[in-house]
Amino acid sequence: MTQATEISNPPAEAHRQGVPLWRSIAASTALQSMVPVVVALIVGAIIILMFGNDPLKFYSMVFKRGLLSWVGLQEVLTRMAPLLLIAAGLIFCYRAGVWNLGMDGQFLIGAVLAAYFAVPLAEALPRGVALGAACAIGALAGATQTIIPAWLKIRYGTNEIISSLMMSLLGLSLTSWLIKGPMHDPNSTAVQTVTLPVEDRFHRLFDTYVSSALLLGFVAIVVAHFVMSRTAFGLRLSMVGANRRAAVHAGLAINRLTALSFAIGGALTGLAGAVEVTAIAGNVRADENPGYGFAILPLVFLARFNGWGTLFLTFIYALLLVGGQSASRRMQIPQEFLLVLVGLVLLFTAISEVRARRRAR
Amino acid sequence: MKPADPSSGRAPIVSLRQITKRYPGIVANSGIDLDLHPGEVHALLGENGAGKSTLISILSGMVQPDEGVMQIQGAVRRLTSPRDALNAGIGTVYQHPTMVPSLTVLENLMLGGAWFRALQKQATLERFDELCGILGVTIDARARLGELSLGQQQMVEIIKALWSDRRVLILDESTAMLTPQGVDDLLNTMDRLRRAGTAILFTTHKLSEAAHFGDRVTVLRGGRRVGGLDNAELDAMSPDEAVDTFVGMMFGTRDDEGRGTAEAAQPRARRGLGREVLAVSGLGLGDANSTGRPADIGFTVAAGEVLGIAGIEGNGQKELAEILAGQRPLEAGTIRLEGRDVSALGVRARARAGLRYVTDDRLGEGTIGTFDVSCNLLLKRVGDRPFWRHGIRRGEEIVAHARRRIAEYGVYTPSHATPIAHLSGGNIQKVLLARELEGEPKLIIFNKPTHGLDRQNIMSAHQAIRELASRGVGVIVISTDLDELMELSDRIAVMFRGRISGVLKNEGQIRLRIGEFMTGAGAGAGNDPDRGSNSEENAA
Repeated sequence: MTQATEISNPPAEAHRQGVPLWRSIAASTALQSMVPVVVALIVGAIIILMFGNDPLKFYSMVFKRGLLSWVGLQEVLTRMAPLLLIAAGLIFCYRAGVWNLGMDGQFLIGAVLAAYFAVPLAEALPRGVALGAACAIGALAGATQTIIPAWLKIRYGTNEIISSLMMSLLGLSLTSWLIKGPMHDPNSTAVQTVTLPVEDRFHRLFDTYVSSALLLGFVAIVVAHFVMSRTAFGLRLSMVGANRRAAVHAGLAINRLTALSFAIGGALTGLAGAVEVTAIAGNVRADENPGYGFAILPLVFLARFNGWGTLFLTFIYALLLVGGQSASRRMQIPQEFLLVLVGLVLLFTAISEVRARRRAR
Repeated sequence: MKPADPSSGRAPIVSLRQITKRYPGIVANSGIDLDLHPGEVHALLGENGAGKSTLISILSGMVQPDEGVMQIQGAVRRLTSPRDALNAGIGTVYQHPTMVPSLTVLENLMLGGAWFRALQKQATLERFDELCGILGVTIDARARLGELSLGQQQMVEIIKALWSDRRVLILDESTAMLTPQGVDDLLNTMDRLRRAGTAILFTTHKLSEAAHFGDRVTVLRGGRRVGGLDNAELDAMSPDEAVDTFVGMMFGTRDDEGRGTAEAAQPRARRGLGREVLAVSGLGLGDANSTGRPADIGFTVAAGEVLGIAGIEGNGQKELAEILAGQRPLEAGTIRLEGRDVSALGVRARARAGLRYVTDDRLGEGTIGTFDVSCNLLLKRVGDRPFWRHGIRRGEEIVAHARRRIAEYGVYTPSHATPIAHLSGGNIQKVLLARELEGEPKLIIFNKPTHGLDRQNIMSAHQAIRELASRGVGVIVISTDLDELMELSDRIAVMFRGRISGVLKNEGQIRLRIGEFMTGAGAGAGNDPDRGSNSEENAA
């Protein structure tokens, strides 16, 4: 609320007072937030040059493959579905000051259990019901992953950053064992779960290849934004996150709110895993961890837990992912370079923020 | 104060003249004179907020005074950084540990060397042994710091402070964390240092420590030097007499400032009071053996009465307030509000019933700094109608409410949407008042209501409290400022080590009696736990 006024007010006022228009535009927050992105792209370009490649060609190919090609764009939108669900979960957790870092474990547990149950469910039930049940199983599995860190935090004040990360490692090992053991597909040579037939997965939207699961992700992020900015529940979560002692002073049930935000975060991340399987991949392979959680985490921070900002950044990230994968393959640039690029954006954003705060003093 | 003490015959190493430091809204130090002589322990005595920390920050180079002169060994110096102070030979041991517990003593001492130089283990060890010898302690230099006792850790801090031939040692509330044995060891160490010619400045809020440890004592109150004793005067007194003198200085009439004298001259204990609003009995927190945890507290507050709660900080006042407000679980006793048992209710239910708490920690717990004013005004009513309906926020109602409260309480803020941390302390206090006094309060607890405020805001806060009482609201004022309590209260209860050591009617000359109850000296009469609140007769 306050942020919005800050963003819109200063340039307008500056203009009224006779400051040149270009300065007021330059001062606008929206433009300023683009500066670190541009700097990151330039530094990224230098690194590409050091690889002996043409940065302009790389960047333009990323956009061509991801945004300008119809196939690429549809792929981008489909990829966004699980990313948005994870992002929504992180917004709930981090606003409440619950630093849940167990996304990978929550995601994979949700994915594996949903994959395992989706196939028999789809045989027995209509598609919609079966998918709903599989997603619910995934969400429940993700939420279950947070019970131990939440309990440790509430009961003993244990730092959830460590405990949720540890749970995540346990979750990864557990899923690995499940895929190799009890849940592996006996009819496949690859070590993976039974594949959900394409006709049993989420619908495609209209005439496109975009999965209808995108709607689920979209709804999740919009609801997260609405809850956090408009409801009493969201305000209570923010109070716990912003000032725990003030929340105690105001008589909030801190333990319940902490457990709830943990559970919601875990459930949404588990749901993201279920969606990844039932909308996109169809199965889970052993020892494969897409690591979406840690890719999304910085974006959520960058957007300052704002739903719309997260939506936009997630789109950009999916674009980099899809376009970048194809571009890097063609230009022999390691795929991990994309993470370097995202990291650079974050680094420069942090620097510009420190500078802005200094100037404000 | 005399420029050089004739009895020691030595010129001061450090002398401060007319040191003044102001912060927005408060004067932390006002015209303070202080001398540190070689081979002497100078005790700096004062309540929290009396200006001790500011003075130490000035001596250790963290803060620069606005006015005044500092001379070190006769030459005027300006210490603009902690490094400056160290180079000038002033080492400081802060109240809180500054070393790395997971490293060994030796490693800690080698920290901070130039990065390009090899660690000089042997030289460090030799110097460590030498200083251990001077201090008269034995500490294993290879032990992990965190495995040492707090007393030993403090010795290491002292050694670090003395490291490169420092002649002045500042000990900030060094006994706060120590066991009685640790305090004895520290005393012993200070004795040896004194003989080695070190000048020591020792700050404390405990009167007996100042009397025991100090060769010379300076008493601060409200940022000013209100008195002191030099060697000769101290030698001529027994420790008990010295403590009595300090009580007089710390809590005696303030003649240098006219504030509140008009009201104080007419104590408030006079009117017929209304029915009983609050009755508390047997209140306490589980294990009451540790000091400062409330135990066995009982009292009543009548409608229209102001009950002051005096005591040196840390004797359970804050805990008591938090138990009453419902922030801290009650482990023993009952709380009755207008006859109804509210012990089982939470914060919000108690607030709704009319039991309100205005905290002293305005930004730490009273408000959320990044949230706007309108939201902070409703912090304890999140989700209530008409501001939220079915859990969904109704912006117009919230804004309208904020505008009304801001106008009514004269909160000076650019808008209702300004983050509250941007407001001054006095205006944040107004927001708290606007929030806690809304509706129909029956009993309000004020914890240090004027702490850190400037004079105008102090007066308006006092005015608000008086108006509440005249409207028939029961008021509890917790404060470490006796003048304030004597100005406002009908009765004054004194807390000492978590118990109520006495309750006095606010009439006649009770100031020194309160001072005695605050230090436990009034024991026997009022410290009897079974009688606790019933010792009102002591007033006579």
